[in-house]
Amino acid sequence: MTLGPYGSAPFGRQPTLLGGWLARIHVDVPLLTGLLVLSGFGLVILYSASGQDWEQVEKQLLRLLLAFGVMLVVAQFPPARLRHWSPAIYGLAVVLLVFVLLLGDIGKGAQRWLDLGVIRFQPSEIAKLGVPMMVAWLLGSAPLPPTWRRLLVGGALTVVPVLLIAKQPDLGTALLVTSAGAAVLFFSGVSWRLIAGLAGLVAAAAPVAWTLMHDYQRQRVITFLDPERDPLGAGYHTIQAKIAIGSGGIYGKGLLNGTQSQLEFVPEKHTDFIFAVFAEEFGLVGVVSLLTLYAVIIMRGLYIATQAQDSYGRLLAGAVTCVFFVYAFVNVGMVIGVLPVVGVPLPLVSYGGTSLVTLMAGFGILMSVHTHRKMMT
Amino acid sequence: MVRSTINDDLREHRQFVSRSIALGLLVVLLFGALIARLAYLQITLHEHYRTLSSENRVKLVPLPPTRGLIYDRNGVLLAHNYPSYSLEITPDQVPDLKKTIAELRSILPISEEDVQRFDRLRRQRRRFEALQIRANLDEEEVARFSVVRHRFPGVDIHARLLRNYPLKETAVHALGYVGRINQQEQDAIDTADYSGTTHIGKLGVEKTYEEELHGEVGLQQVEVNATGRVIRVLETRAPVPGKNLRLHLDMGLQQAALEALGDEVGSVVAIDPKTGGVLALVSKPGYDPNPFVEGISGAAYKALRDSEDKPLYNRALRGIYPPGSTIKPFVALAGLEMNVVGAEQNKFCPGFYQLPGQTHRYRDWKKHGHGAVDLNKAIVESCDVYFYDLAHDLGIDRLHDFLSRFSFGRKTGIDLTEELAGLLPSREWKERARRQPWFPGETLIAGIGQGYVLATPLQLAAAAATMANGGRYVTPRVVASVEAPDGSAAAPPPTPPPAQMPIRSRNSWAQVIRGMTDVVESQRGTAKRIRTDAYKIAGKTGTAQVFTVQQDEEYDEDKIDKKLRDHALFIAFAPVEDPRIAVAVLIEHGGHGGAVAAPIARRVMDVYLLGEQPP
Repeated sequence: MTLGPYGSAPFGRQPTLLGGWLARIHVDVPLLTGLLVLSGFGLVILYSASGQDWEQVEKQLLRLLLAFGVMLVVAQFPPARLRHWSPAIYGLAVVLLVFVLLLGDIGKGAQRWLDLGVIRFQPSEIAKLGVPMMVAWLLGSAPLPPTWRRLLVGGALTVVPVLLIAKQPDLGTALLVTSAGAAVLFFSGVSWRLIAGLAGLVAAAAPVAWTLMHDYQRQRVITFLDPERDPLGAGYHTIQAKIAIGSGGIYGKGLLNGTQSQLEFVPEKHTDFIFAVFAEEFGLVGVVSLLTLYAVIIMRGLYIATQAQDSYGRLLAGAVTCVFFVYAFVNVGMVIGVLPVVGVPLPLVSYGGTSLVTLMAGFGILMSVHTHRKMMT
Repeated sequence: MVRSTINDDLREHRQFVSRSIALGLLVVLLFGALIARLAYLQITLHEHYRTLSSENRVKLVPLPPTRGLIYDRNGVLLAHNYPSYSLEITPDQVPDLKKTIAELRSILPISEEDVQRFDRLRRQRRRFEALQIRANLDEEEVARFSVVRHRFPGVDIHARLLRNYPLKETAVHALGYVGRINQQEQDAIDTADYSGTTHIGKLGVEKTYEEELHGEVGLQQVEVNATGRVIRVLETRAPVPGKNLRLHLDMGLQQAALEALGDEVGSVVAIDPKTGGVLALVSKPGYDPNPFVEGISGAAYKALRDSEDKPLYNRALRGIYPPGSTIKPFVALAGLEMNVVGAEQNKFCPGFYQLPGQTHRYRDWKKHGHGAVDLNKAIVESCDVYFYDLAHDLGIDRLHDFLSRFSFGRKTGIDLTEELAGLLPSREWKERARRQPWFPGETLIAGIGQGYVLATPLQLAAAAATMANGGRYVTPRVVASVEAPDGSAAAPPPTPPPAQMPIRSRNSWAQVIRGMTDVVESQRGTAKRIRTDAYKIAGKTGTAQVFTVQQDEEYDEDKIDKKLRDHALFIAFAPVEDPRIAVAVLIEHGGHGGAVAAPIARRVMDVYLLGEQPP
């Protein structure tokens, strides 16, 4: 892009000492603050949800450090570099997904992990970033809004890895990758009429999806619609989580005092259902604060996206932010029983490391987009 | 152009900002909806849920199903479950762990190793999980602890069923064992179905039939007090116990084969040709699977792993050996069926064979040769030169195609996961695997079951069974039937249907089987010492070279280190008129097949056909 002479300071205002140093290592201070506060929240809840297990808190702290480290590293690469790598990263993700699926056929049963001897990881994690990068690369290389052809190719680039992931089967991740690809299309300026049409199509496709689902996935949908049907079995999660949340009231029962959680009525209480523990112990006040914090981070992400200097940066930053939102919304929605149970963690709060690293790499992209800007005069 | 780019960019930017605002609004809207729902639960329905919560003393406990039992064909119990009591500590509920352990040790014998294992567990598991500190408490110890239990909050006796294999090493290489579920297995199983289950099949029948043996998990609704201890049981959905397995294996035969092997290292596989049922599957030495159930100690495992005779090595399924002369009847059949040789046609054996235009002498085991040899004599006396010439006429590709019908070079399809496919070379294989062309001399060597050709004892038994069946291939099966715990609904495991291979002339099969019969019946036969009047045996001896003798050297058995001595092989089926058993015997470094391996096969057949009890 040919946009005049460049300034040197990444920010318009006069930086403080710490701020200046952070800016030099490509950190966006408001975003970092939000993420740190959220992680702190997360560790406190985990301490309670794990049954005051310091070891788990320490492990999670280590993972957080690693994830923030990854964020920092990613932030050092200017968006142009990320853009250059997009097709390669996307290609790698698809190849590894196919590989995992083939191995899974041999190993019989669900297979998401690729074991490299030293480390094990889920290729679907790479797809979470690879898909929006690739679609943004494609759509960003021509004037927006995209032509029909580009739109179709972008859709196909999203659908292929999504199908591979759904086949593993990992519905939660498939949903997140779909939303990542869809977000790029949304931000690229696809007409509202088309969006409405697609939504209608999805609604019409639901019966078809039903016939393609695994038994256990169907079970989840039935349970979601009517948890009381099987209170001992599949509905147990949802019912117990609701009791935990409802009994928390406005102010909550207090840290470590959630009987539902501490007596282990809430299943998966330190991973996917950790929000129920939080809602029981901190009440409506805590829940509103937590959601506000999420909203603040999302808004900052959107702001960063609008400030990006080319369409690739804009689309990618917007998509990454959107995925973060989908994470939080789907997890909370599932715990409070307005969405079916799919395995999506509460970002930065749930115990576990794989999705954490990808998530923070995403924030690294946001910081990269924001701090590598060239000033216009 | 530049101007329009800038304009485009501004327009795109405006468009993007409006989309961002739209998404921002969506975020506010959806989060608002979540908060509305939360407010509904936490304010409007708060009283309702608070009541439920304070009354919520009801917990779900998974009830693991009882694993199915395994019997041999005569109902001998091979794998069962026995109640075992272990002492468990829930670290979360213990005020002072060190002190508690010290006090426990004054009441019950708890070894240093137990404590170390507990510490290891404690680092891996979560604080509110009950962790084992002592296994296998006897009833007296259980009683002793029960009296003082009130002094130890967070310490409990846990009763559960442990897998046990009463016959220990007798059938371990067929049966396999169960062990604790590891991380890899954890990822592959349905966690709901295995909640409460700690063990899973690792090897053998236990692994292949994991699904049938496991059963379905049950659930119990229990009332607990404020600290989580169970007060009473409210409702139970009973687990569905796993199915029982009845094997084709005959423990009497298995035992007889083990004893017949004596101190030798080797393998015996016996198959019922009609059903494909595996009657005996022996790999000696074996090992006791019981320590593996609860996790074998590092030292004991190391001792097994490093033992010179490799007891962990499943020779029957995974031991790949040159089949040596045992392959000759199949090569002879290939010659007849492909019309490359006639049964009466003579070849002259001077004791060596030379390819046209080459000086290298491919030697016969009989130094001065067999003279004029027809097909029958070639099999009976195991003439190498005859088969060099026949293999040369057939060519490696035809040989490969014919022999692979007998499961050489491919898995037999037995219901055990560990089996190897061995190797049946072909031109195509050598180019792919070795990136080298095939040499004519290699065809000769393959014709006497040496060189690249490798087969497992199971493959040899399956090939013998297929010969006995007149070309009908029946997939070997260890499990005869899967049945409900009360013995009802017995059904055979899924098996591919038997496949009849195309046959040109029944006569050629009869010729080859007559040759194999004469190996035992004729005065010149290499296995004449196992002849019996009770029934008629068809067999073939084999001696597989381990050590390559130089062109001008003599092979002198006595001078050679035992480890370099030949492997002894024998395949057989009987009775010839209506075969009921096919056997393959392999003795590592045993020397001559006729002398060492054949008598073991005879012993196994005697026990099976004549009902002789093992001494």
